[in-house]
Amino acid sequence: MTDVPSKHAGPVGGTPAVQMCGITKRFGSLVANDSVDLEVYKGEVLALLGENGSGKTTLMDALCGLYFPDAGQILIDGKPVTITSPKDAFDYGIGMIHQHFKLVDVFTMVENVVLGLDQPGKLDLKAAADKITQIADTYGFDVDPYQKVYDMSVSQKQTAEILKLLYRGADILILDEPTAVLTPQEADKLFAVLRNMRDDGKAIIIITHKLREVLDISDRVAILRKGRHVADLVTKQTNEQEMTDLMVGHKVHLNIDRPLPVDPKPRIEVHGLTVKSADGLTKLDDVSFAAKSGEVLGIAGISGSGQKELLEAIAGLQPVASGSITYIGDDGKREELVGKSPRDIASLGVALSFVPEDRLGMGLVANMDITDNMMLRSYRVGSSPFADRKPPRQLAEKVVEELDVQTSGISDPVRRMSGGNVQKVLVGREISSSPTVLLTAYAVRGLDINTSYTIYDLINEQKKRGVAVVYVGEDLDVLIALADRILVLCDGKVSGIVDGRTADKNKVGMMMTELHEEGGANDGAEH
Amino acid sequence: MAQSTKTPLIRISKRPAVPTKTKALVYAAAILLALVVCGLVTTLMTGLDPIAVYATMINGAFGTTRRIWVLLQDMAMLLCVSLALAPAFRMKFWNLGGEGQVLMGCFACASCMLLLGDSLPNAALILVSLVASVVAGAVWGLVPAFFKARFNTNETLFTLMMNYVATQIVAYFVILWENPKGSGKIGMINQSSQAGWLPVIADSKYLLNIIVVAAITVLMYVYMRYSKHGFELAVVGESVDTARYAGINTSRVIVRTMLLSGAVCGIAGFLLVAGTNHTLTTTVSGGLGFTAVMVAWLAKFNPFGMIASSFLIVFMECGASEISTTFSLNQSFSDILTGIILFFIIGSEFFITYQLHFRGQTKAAQEATAGKEA
Repeated sequence: MTDVPSKHAGPVGGTPAVQMCGITKRFGSLVANDSVDLEVYKGEVLALLGENGSGKTTLMDALCGLYFPDAGQILIDGKPVTITSPKDAFDYGIGMIHQHFKLVDVFTMVENVVLGLDQPGKLDLKAAADKITQIADTYGFDVDPYQKVYDMSVSQKQTAEILKLLYRGADILILDEPTAVLTPQEADKLFAVLRNMRDDGKAIIIITHKLREVLDISDRVAILRKGRHVADLVTKQTNEQEMTDLMVGHKVHLNIDRPLPVDPKPRIEVHGLTVKSADGLTKLDDVSFAAKSGEVLGIAGISGSGQKELLEAIAGLQPVASGSITYIGDDGKREELVGKSPRDIASLGVALSFVPEDRLGMGLVANMDITDNMMLRSYRVGSSPFADRKPPRQLAEKVVEELDVQTSGISDPVRRMSGGNVQKVLVGREISSSPTVLLTAYAVRGLDINTSYTIYDLINEQKKRGVAVVYVGEDLDVLIALADRILVLCDGKVSGIVDGRTADKNKVGMMMTELHEEGGANDGAEH
Repeated sequence: MAQSTKTPLIRISKRPAVPTKTKALVYAAAILLALVVCGLVTTLMTGLDPIAVYATMINGAFGTTRRIWVLLQDMAMLLCVSLALAPAFRMKFWNLGGEGQVLMGCFACASCMLLLGDSLPNAALILVSLVASVVAGAVWGLVPAFFKARFNTNETLFTLMMNYVATQIVAYFVILWENPKGSGKIGMINQSSQAGWLPVIADSKYLLNIIVVAAITVLMYVYMRYSKHGFELAVVGESVDTARYAGINTSRVIVRTMLLSGAVCGIAGFLLVAGTNHTLTTTVSGGLGFTAVMVAWLAKFNPFGMIASSFLIVFMECGASEISTTFSLNQSFSDILTGIILFFIIGSEFFITYQLHFRGQTKAAQEATAGKEA
């Protein structure tokens, strides 16, 4: 019943736990899913791969009852079902763990787990906690049911989300980029748990962009491209190159360039930088480092370790409690950045292409078109009270053409564009100002491989031009491949600066979770 | 494959961008439908011929030259206040204080006319009144803006409360300056000398107001669409974080925009007192500040769109009061009709943004797919 080119020899025969037949979903003229067939069997991990906008999320949303497909049928254990709401999905044992956790901060884990359960009689938290512990023991989770959510690490919160589903008896679990927020060690732990669940007969679907993880955890890989299911592979019989080529539709080079820095000179020197949040929490504690021209300085750390504050402090968006940030011009002239307005700092050539959790939250205005977004930085030019839209329009056309931005036109609001294209617009604008310092955070978050490599190329191009690039990243493999030096942050402190060419992933992972006083020996981190 | 399950009867999905022509068609259909429903309601509830009722409404709005002038004047005043709110709303600053800002403009203008009416030549008096009105309105807009910028107070409540303060101030001065004594109100100000009254051009005391508002409409459009200020306030409205990132001083933009918003309200107050009413009461602004909120929203803050939405509202009001007198219907009946029409117009937004799918269509599509698979 399927014309998908398949190497698939069903690893676990029998009736699929979930069978999606001919799922089609259109959004206006866009076909997000085009007659997709997909099945998952009990006791297997299926990796769902695809570029941004290939329809993975839409497909999973259809399974979870968030969207109703325009056409197609879903079968659970061989029986046709209609899923019109998340509750329906749940009744069939389907549970999804989203990237953004849905937990009540001031509740304990057990309270969060029983929240919303419709049980008659008295609420027995003790029994619930026992059941949680029992489930946790079965699969190898490490939990304290009475821990408050606000005390939990990201990985513990994720565990709570998984337990919430298991407690409710979910047999089919969907995980949307579960490792994006985890350290390598935490990811390994999660995978161990997932393997246990698989061996227990659960059907698991994992959406991820990291091919290494696909090879590591999955039994089978389904690849979507432009809304169609283009391939179904047995993980053991494939490799990264094949998966990438299928995903993108043509050959892709999987190596990140790392040209040697040419004549690196300190461009930004940070000394003893301490930043406190509005409610007095220390976000950065005595941070010192130098960013050099012609070099990519990677910043590693668990999310929320102070990366955001660091970049914002340099860009003048974050009040600094103590310490200094010095900008050193080409002529050796030193300028103190602390206390300067964001506009003054930008005029020195410090460009911030900052991508917060929400790509559109800062840097771009979602409801404005590309042209207006292009002039966000430059609209003040000239003394006329009117904004000249001609240069930004030309810039918009140039960026769209050079970076191959997919859009129906430069007068289309950027919110209608997909994440990767939005990112290109943002990065394109920042680079167009020919910066001397390029600050970028999570530049490839949520982007597919092809677009990610475009962004890496852009970064390297800037580096070759002598720009000091500060790159906050979450994928350690990429950081180690791209950065010349990697500064590791742990809880607002520098736990070391390592050489990107000799760095060891596990060691960096360790440094992210605990302070290594001797960690930065090879680069003279000042602390 | 067997279809043993049901799809939902109606599903809703989002539409892609809709061309302007389709939008206009949807609006037209909404108004047509609204008129049909209004007609049905009229016949069922009153037994009257709906066509006759509509004819009376049109007659009430356009029946005589005077009526047309009144319609245009009311439209101009409503449009003026809506224009004042537009930049604030675009900035997502919910200025519900238009009423108070207009009233303070009226108050300032009336004060000048009363206190300086004998001592200044007419042209100077008008100029002073205008400046005073603009300043008064701007100050009334500035206060909540300052607190919003400085302490992030809630502007909705703040501007709303400022309305009551303005009403009480005016109430106090109306008693203080009452004329004749004991009447509890201020009669025509400078009735004999007509000092401070705007000149009557082309035999209409309304024409000047209308011209002024037309000019403001164009200026406001240009300001919001093409000026750097207009760009800044739009960015602040969309995302304060982005504005900060772009180096925009958000506090300054908030204060500046509200000064403008209040100032234009002040002009509306000036036109009301010096141009048409020549008196001051606590109700001289007549709810304009609130009706304007609706006008501004219906037009999505587009100054030219507001011409249409203010016309619609004023036409309904004029027509409604006419049918209530002609057919001796209660005034509430006309409110019902206005309500029905607004319901349809606002409701049509839904059909512009979303699309409905009915079960039959989905099933057909599914069967097609199933057939292909079989």
